[in-house]
Amino acid sequence: MDTELLLIILIDGLVYASYLFMVSVGLTVICGVQKILNVTHGSLYAFGAYLCATILIFYAEAGWPGAGAFVIMVLTAIFLGIVFGIIIERGLLRFLYAEDEHIIVLATFAAFLILEDVLLLIWGTNPYIAAEPLALLGQTDIAELPFDNYNLSMIFLSALVAAILWYGLRRTTFGKMLLAVIYDRELSQSMGINVTKIFLLTFMVGSFLGALGGAYQAPAISVQPGIGVEVIVLAFAVVVIGGMGSIPGALIGSLVVGVARAAAVHLEPVLELFVIYMIMAIVLIVRPQGLFAPAKARKI
Amino acid sequence: MKRVQGRTAVLLASVASVALVAGAASAQTVKMGIPTFLTGAGAPAFGIPAKEGVELIIRGINNGELPAPYNSVGLAGRKIEPLIYDEAGGGTKQVTELRNKVQKDGVDLVVGYISSGTCAAVARVAEEVKVLTLMTVCGTPRVFEELVKKPKYLFRTMSHGTGNNTGAARYIAAKHPELLKDGFIGLNQNYAWGQDSWRDFSLAMKIVAPDVKPARKQQFPKLFSGQYGSEISALLRAKPKVVHSSFWGGDLEAFIAQANARGLFKRKTFILTVGETVAYRLGRKFPEGQIIGTRGPYGMYAVGIDTPLNNWFQKEYRKTYGYPPAQPTYQYAQGILGAKYAYDKAMKDNGGKFPTTDQVIKALEGATYTSLAGTVRMALSNGHQAVTEDRWGVTVWDEKKGEMVVKDVVVFQPECVNPPDGVLSVPWLEGGMQGAKCG
Repeated sequence: MDTELLLIILIDGLVYASYLFMVSVGLTVICGVQKILNVTHGSLYAFGAYLCATILIFYAEAGWPGAGAFVIMVLTAIFLGIVFGIIIERGLLRFLYAEDEHIIVLATFAAFLILEDVLLLIWGTNPYIAAEPLALLGQTDIAELPFDNYNLSMIFLSALVAAILWYGLRRTTFGKMLLAVIYDRELSQSMGINVTKIFLLTFMVGSFLGALGGAYQAPAISVQPGIGVEVIVLAFAVVVIGGMGSIPGALIGSLVVGVARAAAVHLEPVLELFVIYMIMAIVLIVRPQGLFAPAKARKI
Repeated sequence: MKRVQGRTAVLLASVASVALVAGAASAQTVKMGIPTFLTGAGAPAFGIPAKEGVELIIRGINNGELPAPYNSVGLAGRKIEPLIYDEAGGGTKQVTELRNKVQKDGVDLVVGYISSGTCAAVARVAEEVKVLTLMTVCGTPRVFEELVKKPKYLFRTMSHGTGNNTGAARYIAAKHPELLKDGFIGLNQNYAWGQDSWRDFSLAMKIVAPDVKPARKQQFPKLFSGQYGSEISALLRAKPKVVHSSFWGGDLEAFIAQANARGLFKRKTFILTVGETVAYRLGRKFPEGQIIGTRGPYGMYAVGIDTPLNNWFQKEYRKTYGYPPAQPTYQYAQGILGAKYAYDKAMKDNGGKFPTTDQVIKALEGATYTSLAGTVRMALSNGHQAVTEDRWGVTVWDEKKGEMVVKDVVVFQPECVNPPDGVLSVPWLEGGMQGAKCG
């Protein structure tokens, strides 16, 4: 294999991995702290994409500066993170924390189905196309192939999100409290940590990340019914590979899947879909808890 | 207790009288079940434009607005009572829906179906429940070649997918042989439609351009994948200048957005076999200079067909919905016109009395009827499978009209791109398209 092809596989793999990381990191944050497999994450992605695309279309028609599109993406995600964080966590999940985790998964699945219909009620079945920001950043030639800078920028956005999460968890008081809750919810509560508040804030952050994934993807896709379903399946695969609740796991899981898929597309395209689930199956056989599952405290 | 019984009796009597009135009303109408994608990924590109075409043509038929030869009210004089329902949910659900529509709602006929998967699932059931069913869009040849070889109740009112890909091969080989010197490559969704389309196209290419070879590796991304960065890189690196793709809907829109950003359409010429489904909606964002099809003479290709019937449809559709009608709009309307033709002819043959289902079937079997965009001949599969002409051309933006149009259009007659009656599609292609008549 020539080095040019290797480089292209690496770039394509990194772009796809960054997409996977953006759609799975919010899921893994919530899973790590609240021990919830949050199916509504797919809806957050879809809401982020729809709302952002809608605003971007108006924004483009108004002829305002293109750079503002990126501010819109972040603001859209913050807004949805706060609103859905409160609605889903306070309105649904807090009543279910004492229940078996299977019940909670079913409840989030039910909420996901409701939110899918809410999307249809608000935006209907027509697709929304807001591709202007895609052309805004231009192209870069790598190994004689043109790559669009918008998709390349997703690599940096993912790296930034990973760095902020790492810093937030390891270097801030809130992060340390969060780690304490992850380690032992009851003990943290007895030490005076407001677990209720931590849960709400975590869910808001997770929802924000899901919506940010959708908002950033909006210009590159056709925003239409069903996008949330596709994303949640992929996000689950990444989270299972990386380890439920592990942010480094989501990062490594995304990289493994992204690069393997890109290699398949270039070398043996028929394996494109198979390769993702083959990796998942191998990980489940060899290390069922995932590559980077956080250590569990043994309670006596 | 007596009072309760009395109330119950009144209630029952009311229900019975309502049922009688409803029964009497429905006896004067033709109840038509119309499945189309109202939700899900198939809705925007196919389902909703199809529904709009249905609403318009039924309005035209019920009000007697249509020009000749359909300028009489209703089907055999009875107005259509449409029951439009969602095709989403997969084959199993649609089988149940079909049974419900026949057994509970008492539909007289079903006109619709977009997905080849749905058509494959319901084909035998339509025969089993004995309901006249006119499939309108789905393309798989398997419907009559494998699943229902001796149909009675089942019809399809447009050409199947083989004709479309054969037309594509003939067009590129005849009009742009210079683009084929490095071969051709495929980008198709990894499911029945994508794989069948590639198979038919590559088989047809073996006949029309035997010296031209396909690339060793074809791209088959997952349906609804949404991310095509790696595929675009692979296509950019590939030697062939021609890319065959049966992408449709949101996948096609996402692919076009991502490919535009990387200049793919400047380096390659695409044959988008159903690309027209998104061309109007994308407007200027749809790439120019690409070869597109509509599985017949529909949508963009029908704009210039100057007949009173087509002029009425174009004018009324644009007035009602504010944009031009695309291919699924035409294809569903064509199915309903097929029903109108059959009911009206059967009534005439029945001495002016309303016909039975068997008489309607007899009228449609092997018929040739006028549609919005040319003539439909029920020429294959014992007169149950339609063939139409197939049109191919290249996209170009019309500044004056403010919409995408097609130029360098070639019209292929049905006999040129479809197998003769009684011959299966794949053996016909493998055998060198014996019996094809291209004038």
